[in-house]
Order: sequence, then C-alpha cells, then structure tokens
Amino acid sequence: MTVEAADVTRTYELDGVSVPALRGVSLVIEPGDYVAIVGPSGSGKSTLMHLLGGLDRPSGGRLVIGGRDVSTLSAPEMARLRNETIGFVFQAFHLLPRTSAVDNVALPLVYRGVGARQRRAKAVEVLERVGLGHRLQHRPNQLSGGEQQRVAIARALVTDPAVLLADEPTGNLDTVTGAAVLALLEELNTSSGVAVVLVTHDRDVAARARRQIVMRDGLIVPPPPGQAIPAPRRPSEDES
Amino acid sequence: MRVVEAWRVALDALRTNRLRSGLTMLGVVIGVAAVVVLVAIGTGAKREVEQQVEGLGSNLLIVVPGRLEFNSAPSVSRLSLSDVDAVSRVVGDPSRVAVTVTSGETVRAGTRSTFTTVQGVLETTPQVFVRDVGRGSYLTASDVDTARRVAVLGATVARALFGDRDPVGQQVSVAGVRFRVIGVFAPLGQSLGVDRDDEVHIPVTTAHRLFGTNRIDGIAVKAPDRERIEALGERIVAELSERHPDTEFSAVTQEQILGVLGDILGVLTGVLAAIAGISLLVGGVGVSNIMLVSVRERTREIGLRKAVGARPRDISVQFLLEAVLLTTIGGVTGMALGVGAALLVGELSPVPAAITWWSLALAFGVSAAVGIIFGVVPAQRAGRLDPVVALRTE
Repeated sequence: MTVEAADVTRTYELDGVSVPALRGVSLVIEPGDYVAIVGPSGSGKSTLMHLLGGLDRPSGGRLVIGGRDVSTLSAPEMARLRNETIGFVFQAFHLLPRTSAVDNVALPLVYRGVGARQRRAKAVEVLERVGLGHRLQHRPNQLSGGEQQRVAIARALVTDPAVLLADEPTGNLDTVTGAAVLALLEELNTSSGVAVVLVTHDRDVAARARRQIVMRDGLIVPPPPGQAIPAPRRPSEDES
Repeated sequence: MRVVEAWRVALDALRTNRLRSGLTMLGVVIGVAAVVVLVAIGTGAKREVEQQVEGLGSNLLIVVPGRLEFNSAPSVSRLSLSDVDAVSRVVGDPSRVAVTVTSGETVRAGTRSTFTTVQGVLETTPQVFVRDVGRGSYLTASDVDTARRVAVLGATVARALFGDRDPVGQQVSVAGVRFRVIGVFAPLGQSLGVDRDDEVHIPVTTAHRLFGTNRIDGIAVKAPDRERIEALGERIVAELSERHPDTEFSAVTQEQILGVLGDILGVLTGVLAAIAGISLLVGGVGVSNIMLVSVRERTREIGLRKAVGARPRDISVQFLLEAVLLTTIGGVTGMALGVGAALLVGELSPVPAAITWWSLALAFGVSAAVGIIFGVVPAQRAGRLDPVVALRTE
C-alpha cells in the first residue's frame, strides 16, 4: 500500500484570515519505506503527517491513501481507513489514563468490532513483541516514559497497519530511551515491512531514516545532492 | 463498536469521576423522588376521598340547593321540613330520606367542653348513611316528633367530655341547653386529616329551636336500586322546583360527587407533578452541563479514539450512553427514595400516599428520556470534534 500526495495544500482559516500550512507538497510513501520528515516548527510537517494519516483533508491537490482518494471519503469511511491502514505514535503518547497497557493496546480493535477475547490475545502478542510482556496490567502512570511509548507503538501495530506515522516519538524521552524506541521502530520496519514515517526536528533522529524530506514554510526543500525524492506515481501502479 | 463495549466505557467514565457523577445524579434523584412522592400523595388523597364517599352508603342521592359544580358558590338553603315530606312522598318510603341542619356549637359536660359540629337529623340517618352506634341507641321517631333534648355523641366528643366514663345517660349542654346523651357512635377515624368522629347528632326539630331556624341544609335519599337512581333524582328536583320556582336544585349521586372531587384532585396532582417535573428538568440541565464539561475535559481522549478508528457515531454513542446512565441510575435511586419518602409520609402524617406502578414507570421513562434529550447536544459535539484539533488540545 502506498500513500501518495500530489500538489497537496492545506490552508487554515483563523479569524477570517487564511493561513497556508502546506503550499503544494508532492510525495509518495512506498511500502516498507522509512522516511523522516524534518524541518523547524511551523514548517508544516505535522500538518503533512495528519494528512498522510487520514486525520485531515487537504484544501487542494490530490491525496490517495491505499488507492482511495480521501476527497471522496465520508467521515466514517476515513475513520475506517485510519483503523485499517494507519498506526499513529504521538510525542505525548496519548494513552488512556486509568486503563491497563493491554486495554490501551486493544483499543483500535474495539472500533473494528473484534471480540474481547481475540482483542486481548492480539494485544498481548503485540505487547510481547515490543518487549512489554511483563507489563500487561500496568497503567500508564505505573510505566516509564520509554515503556509508555512502547505501549503506544504496540497500539499502533495491533491493527497490522501498512504505515506507521510517528510524530516526534522521542520528543518526550531522554537520549537513551529515545534511541531504544527508534531501534524498535527500525526493527519493526525491517522485520514486518511496515512503512515508518518519522516526523522530527532532530537532525540526528532524521539521519537514521532511509530518506529525508526537509520542509520549510509549507514546502518541501529540494534534497541535497545524492538523495532524490521519488516522483509521484499514478494510483493504478499502487500496490496495496 | 459493540454495544456492551460502549456501556463498559460509559460506566468506567462515571466511575472515574465519582463525586461529580454523584452530584450530577443528585439533581435527577431529587426530581424523580419529588415526582414519585407528589404523585403518590395526590393518588392517595384521591383514593381516600373515593373510599369515603363510597363509605357513605350505596345508591345515595344528595339533594342540595344550587348546582354541584366546580366553581359555583354554595346557595342559601330554602328547604324546610315540609319539603322533606314532599320528597318522602316522591320516594314513597320516608325511612329512605335523611336530612341535616348543621351548626358549630360548644358542648359542655361538667367542667369539660369542646367545640364541635352539631347536626340536626331525622331518626332515619343510620339507615341512609352507614353509621353505627357503638353504645346506647340512636334517635327515635318520637324523639324527632316531640323535639326531645337528646343527643348521640361522636367518639371524639365522648372522649373529650367524659374520658373513659360511659356517657350514655349523662347530661351535656349544647349552646347552653341541657341534653341527655342516649348513644355514642362507633369510631370512624380520620380521613384527610379531618376527624369524622367530631360531631353530635340531635333531632332536627330540636335543632331548629336551638339554632333559631326552620331551614334544612340538605336532603339525602337512599334509592331502592341503582338503575332508577337518576330518574328518582329528576323527579325529586322537579317536585322541589315546583315548590320553590325561584330556586335551582340538584340531586347528585356518589358517582357525580366522585367525578367532581376527582377533577379537583386530578388538577391538584397534575400541578404537583408539574412542579416536581420542573426540578427534574433542572436536573437534566445539570446533566447537560456536566456532559459538556466532560467532553471538553476528554477532548484528547476523543482525538485519540478517532485517530485509531472511532467513527463520529461511536463517540456520540459513548457520550450519550454516559448521559443516559447518569440519569437512569439517578432515576432508579430517586424512585427508591421517593417510595421510601411516600411510605414515611403515609406513616407519619394524615395525608395518605399510594404508590402506583405507572408513576414509577413514568418517572423511570422520563429520567431516561432526560438523559437522551440533554445528552444529545454534548454527544453530537463530541462526535463532530476535529481529531487534529482534539489531539493538539492540552
């Protein structure tokens, strides 16, 4: 499955003033990709990530996720698309408080209509895979930051998504735990082929990705010599 | 999302904010309890009045001057004993006709005295109304014919004047005139806070002299059977109208009295229930308020749920269930409280309280409906939240 953006724009209306966040961005996320989107704050990288994950719709241009043009999708269809194809990892983890790790991880399966027993089995399996098999019943406030982000990663993986979108996943972690979380994402990328899109303003983090997309003022900055951004392809050539 | 799951999530949310949930519920609890208690009191009062009217005896026809209507002022009676004779002729049996002339008087025995209702009556009263003499005997035809100064006391009057002593054969004075007690009524008890044993019966002829009048307040007729009661009433009214062309008369049956009283008590119950309903409404506004706060507080949670695949409907249903759960738990608690309070009121006060199943069902239904009505707006707001904005909220 690919995610393809062609000349995508996104403009916010703030008190009657149009503020352009994206001013024409084209890129393709390939299956198994490992991309870092970098740039200073306000460059539009978070907006781009929300669009790529189907949380938001472009104001202009074409955005195709898994062969489906998001402009044709209703809100419930978008929700289903997110549930089935995208996994989100946030800087602030966004775990439900007072809810055990295993229930947090199982949450996306609730909205897929999976039964409680199967949900739990799958959640336990994924938590073991991220190295938290011993923390199933712990609540977020009983876990360290690194462990919380691992739970969040497990939650993103529980639906077997094609793309994992991580917005500053190491932003709230110290260097050592941050590196461990990145190593986990990289391991998942190579072992299970999930495409990983990292949004970060940390150049060191970005450098670990297979390719980098640098953003500034709502546009993609042309790549330095030796690195190329693949040109957009037609949706008919997509693998899904 | 599965329904069971949605209920679990809603219950968890309420449990997380126990104090707030409890206080929000309190509004609904009080509203529902008030509805249950007030409807119970209204219904109880209605039932008591019905029993009392039916307890007067069956096939009873009450003849009074004027109209028996909701809003008519009582007319001054022009009826006299000769009219009673005329009515007796119409009925064909004088023993089925009773009369009353009533006055409030002070009754004394020795150093004790009491202010009570003195009724001038015919000897037929115990046959027409249901009224048993507990001790001694009732007035006789010759007592009435010769205007003897004899009296039958209600149980309360007897106790007030004679304590535990037997009053039969003793002297009492009514409005300063000496009477001999010949009997005491069997107690009837209280109804709606009115003591039905607080009265004294004397012959109507004696009463006329005592009160200085020759009028009587009303006539009661015990009809031979239920079928001809209306026709008999019409004949009596026709006869009386002929004798008093300028006065209007009514002959009303127990059913008609019950109808009028039922109307009055029905309006009363309705007004009480409406007042209670307002407090339920206020409770509902409280639920709405708290749900809006809850939506705002959990904006990030809503954003996260949406990010992982919750549809707008899933979110709306979750919050709606939370509101409905608040009001139905509040409703059930309120019902329990209301039933308890109604029983307590029935026990401790003269006001009877009757709990009816329909009032409970109504209270529960209304509280669930309040949850839906006042939960819809916050739930829709939650469902429509933009996930990007929601996730960014601190």
